[in-house]
Amino acid sequence: MEWLNAIVQGLLLGGLYAMLATGLSLVFGVMRLVNLAHGDLGLLAAFVALVIVGTTGIGPFASLLIVVPLMMGLGYVLQRVILNRTMEGGVLSSVLVTFGLAVVLQNGLLTIFTADSRGLDVGSLETASLQITDRLIVGWLPLITLGTAVVILVALQLMLDRTQLGRALRAASDDGEAARIVGIDNRHLFGLAMAIALGTVAIGGVFLGIRTTFAPADGPALLIFAYEAVIIGGLGSLWGTLVGGIILGVSQTVGGQINPAYQILAGHLVFLAILLLRPEGLFPRPGVRQA
Amino acid sequence: MTLLAVERVSSFYGDFQALFDVSISVDEGETIAIIGANGAGKSTLLRLIAGLLPTRGGEIRYDGQVVNRLPTHERVREGISLVPEGRRVFPSLSVDENLMIGAYRRRSGRWDLASVRALFPILADRGRRSAAVLSGGEQQALAIGRALMANPRLLLLDEVSLGLAPIVIAQLYAALPRIREGGTSVLLVEQNIDQALSAADRAYCLLEGRISLSGRPAGLSRAEVTRAYFGF
Repeated sequence: MEWLNAIVQGLLLGGLYAMLATGLSLVFGVMRLVNLAHGDLGLLAAFVALVIVGTTGIGPFASLLIVVPLMMGLGYVLQRVILNRTMEGGVLSSVLVTFGLAVVLQNGLLTIFTADSRGLDVGSLETASLQITDRLIVGWLPLITLGTAVVILVALQLMLDRTQLGRALRAASDDGEAARIVGIDNRHLFGLAMAIALGTVAIGGVFLGIRTTFAPADGPALLIFAYEAVIIGGLGSLWGTLVGGIILGVSQTVGGQINPAYQILAGHLVFLAILLLRPEGLFPRPGVRQA
Repeated sequence: MTLLAVERVSSFYGDFQALFDVSISVDEGETIAIIGANGAGKSTLLRLIAGLLPTRGGEIRYDGQVVNRLPTHERVREGISLVPEGRRVFPSLSVDENLMIGAYRRRSGRWDLASVRALFPILADRGRRSAAVLSGGEQQALAIGRALMANPRLLLLDEVSLGLAPIVIAQLYAALPRIREGGTSVLLVEQNIDQALSAADRAYCLLEGRISLSGRPAGLSRAEVTRAYFGF
């Protein structure tokens, strides 16, 4: 029963990883941009929520109504003002610039908030749980997290499949120059993609802040989990990202069940095994150019 | 009335000069062919007009305005659409989605999903299939249909016949009169001299980045064209 419990908890944890990973996958898929600051930006959202909760007294969930639009705006501006300029120089210059941005964010957060661990408090919901059998108990918070991740992914998938913006994003992902030829303004489109990416990672960051404590140095770890979820799932596939997040989550909780010290290691080992056996990931989108 | 005037335009790839003071003009409703051998600069000229390459020196005027610095997507909004060399359809979009994305700039006019499907019935049959599984001729029809969806005033066709069977080329060129009916001007680039000259009102020949000949097809002798094409 402990094993079943570990698997269920991992499955729910996967929802959080998927939320953190979705934006990374979108931005890489659409503009081949490797955003090394993605984890730090998610963390920034958690700190912004902390400030909003502290100054206005509203709850962390309500703070999303402010945090998400703020982060989307930041994403658009960041892409238009800085990142679009790096993209002509190939993948390497965007890697360097986002790495620099990550350093700036980490140190900026450290200066403002110190190295103390913080948390976002949602009161009794944090410990509220659902008794399924006498030995299997599921927390409401992880359930809500997974549910939110699924809602975000469904909404994104509908947007990509059914709207002109979605078609434009897929077209630009296929062939950036051909996208310009049909009249798409790539710089604006990339700004919108980054806005969506930071909107989703903001939700992930706030849920992370509710689930556990966070500190300014945590960004790179979030980035690695998000990356592993994307790679396991396969580039360009939103559902693959969810499955990737879940596989990573389950690996960690099952590893932790074997020995608490193995939790993170188990996730990395499963990631490496999948990278060796299926480098294209479990659900690669057909036709995606492997960069 | 002159719709497009390219005046003394040059273009470079790094240190390599691809075009030397090239001037051409396209009148409203006209179909112009640019012929020339491989590497003569035909595609370069179309890419300059579409805004995919910067011009160095000279001027591109469209509808009376200088568009040298206008980005590609704004030229599409103004009515310049390119069917690029190699078709460049979007493989992860379905045939219908490729057409819908062609209407991204929402220019109004006679071309919509229904009229493009009527022009190329094969696209109607394949609507929900991925553009990646189409044959070369079908992809070329899709690329033309996609450009028409923007309701261009000036349609730029780059090597429509490249790599296609003669019967397929004939089918594609059969659509040209119906494209012209609505008043769309067409600037087409071809290595296939006969195909290009039979479709065009006027023609230019490019040789090593310079205009070597121009005129109405009926007024050009075979020997003249051969000399302008090959340079000997």
